Amino acid sequence: MGQSRVIVVGAGPAGVRCAEVLVAAGIKPILVDESRRDGGQIYRRQPEGFTRSYPSLYGTEAERARALHQSFESLRSRVDYRPETLAWNIYDRQLHTVSAGVTKALPFDALVVCSGATDRLMPVKGWHYAGTYSMGAAQIALKSQACAIGRQVVFAGTGPLLYLVAAQYVKAGAKVAAVLDTSSLWKRVRALPKLAARPRVLLNGVSLMRTLRGAGVKVVTGIEPVEIHGSDEDGVRGITYRSQDGATHRVECDAVALGYHVRPETQLADLARCEFRFDAETRQWLPTVDQDGRSTTPGVYLAGDGARVLGADGAEIAGKLAAWALLEDMGHPVPDAERAALRREREAMDRFRQGLVEAFPWPAEQAARLPDEAIVCRCEAITAGELRRVVNQMGACEANRAKAFSRVGMGRCQGRYCGHAGAEVVAAAAGIALEKVGRLRGQAPVKPLSMAVREEQE
Amino acid sequence: MTGRFVRLAETGRAPVRFELDGAPAEALAGDTLLVAVLSNARSVRSSEFGDDRRAGFCLMGACQDCWVWTAAGERLRSCTTVVEEGMQIVTTQPEGSWAKVA
Repeated sequence: MGQSRVIVVGAGPAGVRCAEVLVAAGIKPILVDESRRDGGQIYRRQPEGFTRSYPSLYGTEAERARALHQSFESLRSRVDYRPETLAWNIYDRQLHTVSAGVTKALPFDALVVCSGATDRLMPVKGWHYAGTYSMGAAQIALKSQACAIGRQVVFAGTGPLLYLVAAQYVKAGAKVAAVLDTSSLWKRVRALPKLAARPRVLLNGVSLMRTLRGAGVKVVTGIEPVEIHGSDEDGVRGITYRSQDGATHRVECDAVALGYHVRPETQLADLARCEFRFDAETRQWLPTVDQDGRSTTPGVYLAGDGARVLGADGAEIAGKLAAWALLEDMGHPVPDAERAALRREREAMDRFRQGLVEAFPWPAEQAARLPDEAIVCRCEAITAGELRRVVNQMGACEANRAKAFSRVGMGRCQGRYCGHAGAEVVAAAAGIALEKVGRLRGQAPVKPLSMAVREEQE
Repeated sequence: MTGRFVRLAETGRAPVRFELDGAPAEALAGDTLLVAVLSNARSVRSSEFGDDRRAGFCLMGACQDCWVWTAAGERLRSCTTVVEEGMQIVTTQPEGSWAKVA
């Protein structure tokens, strides 16, 4: 079995735990990762030469982060590790990668995609101004570079990251102008029974609120963002939101961190011809996987937030389960009792995940209320009005058709940051269910490549 | 013009000198090019589809909003590139040379 060609994409929590199980079974996988260092996004490592401690970087998750990094270090010589390498296509049982201008086609017998997630965004008028960042970006600036994204930062949107990143900014000494949550306190209270499935994580969340309150940060729930103010040259100057009583309020700031939880990066699963299904709970299309991460394409496994958003520790479990599924399919023995225990543990995590979805819901209804002049596609500055025009005048009610006519989703982010909101705008304008709009097809390359790349044989 | 990003820690690193739109600028060893530029300036490029300046968005290599160019015309994604001594960075897209086009 030593000759089995196994590739793992992603060196975050899912990818590292997956590789660990494969190595223990005598397989030497190729581990492809886009970053310079292992850890993925949530356990992202600071560059060499930085000196902050694990607790200051990862807070309550310091030991988990340290354990993952140490596991990776001990694996390093036993995997074919390829950092700074983008997996950009899957075709004919080959994974196409590019690194330093050289593209290669890597044949595989089995492929585990641990592609992680990116921020889920709902546009707001003015979000194209310089100084508006995704929530994840605000965290990366701090974690990886010890920087705040501005002098006066507003955190807006909803989701667990909203409070986590705002509290991390406070602790690091940044000025947090406000935390504006589109979800209401009531929704959080109602979600408590499900959130109680993971008491420790729930308590961590409560402690973040205490940190923000203790620092005197203005926290407002149940808001709707109205407009990010700014100028073309200098960027963000403030944000206006509507409170639950209908009044509008303006907060001065030079940066806005915006995000509504995260969405899986599913482009590679799409290129591997995996089937997708509409998830009504979160209003998005997700690749179909069995409980261990088998996709509908034989030999292709999906693990971690790239398949289903369970967070970092859920991803560690998913990575192991996917590795065991792969080994089982190749005829290796798997530890049944350990697998059963992890599957059970993940059930509690899934209940918590449902709680998060209910506590911090995707604000789909905002899409219909976006003013016509608001930009939906930041890449090419295409407005909600233009997207509605192709629906109303050209009858483009299907996601790919609306994209072809309006170019929303065709820019260089390839729909990552406008796709979900764009579909909501189309559904509302056409008066049809979101599911009927369908989903944007994944296209290779999954990120822009230079025309100067050259191909080499592996 | 002051920078956009604010350094909160890790300021004891060695300085790295580079050139930003023809003027001398300073960063710190280990900075991404995005941080290096935004410690000195308010934005990294202009939108090709509007009048607004841009300063990146996702910082994880997914949105492609933070492209900058070298004086020689090479395009760099600044959030995933590490600043190096002597780099000559420009924040307006140079005249296209065919080999460098995306």
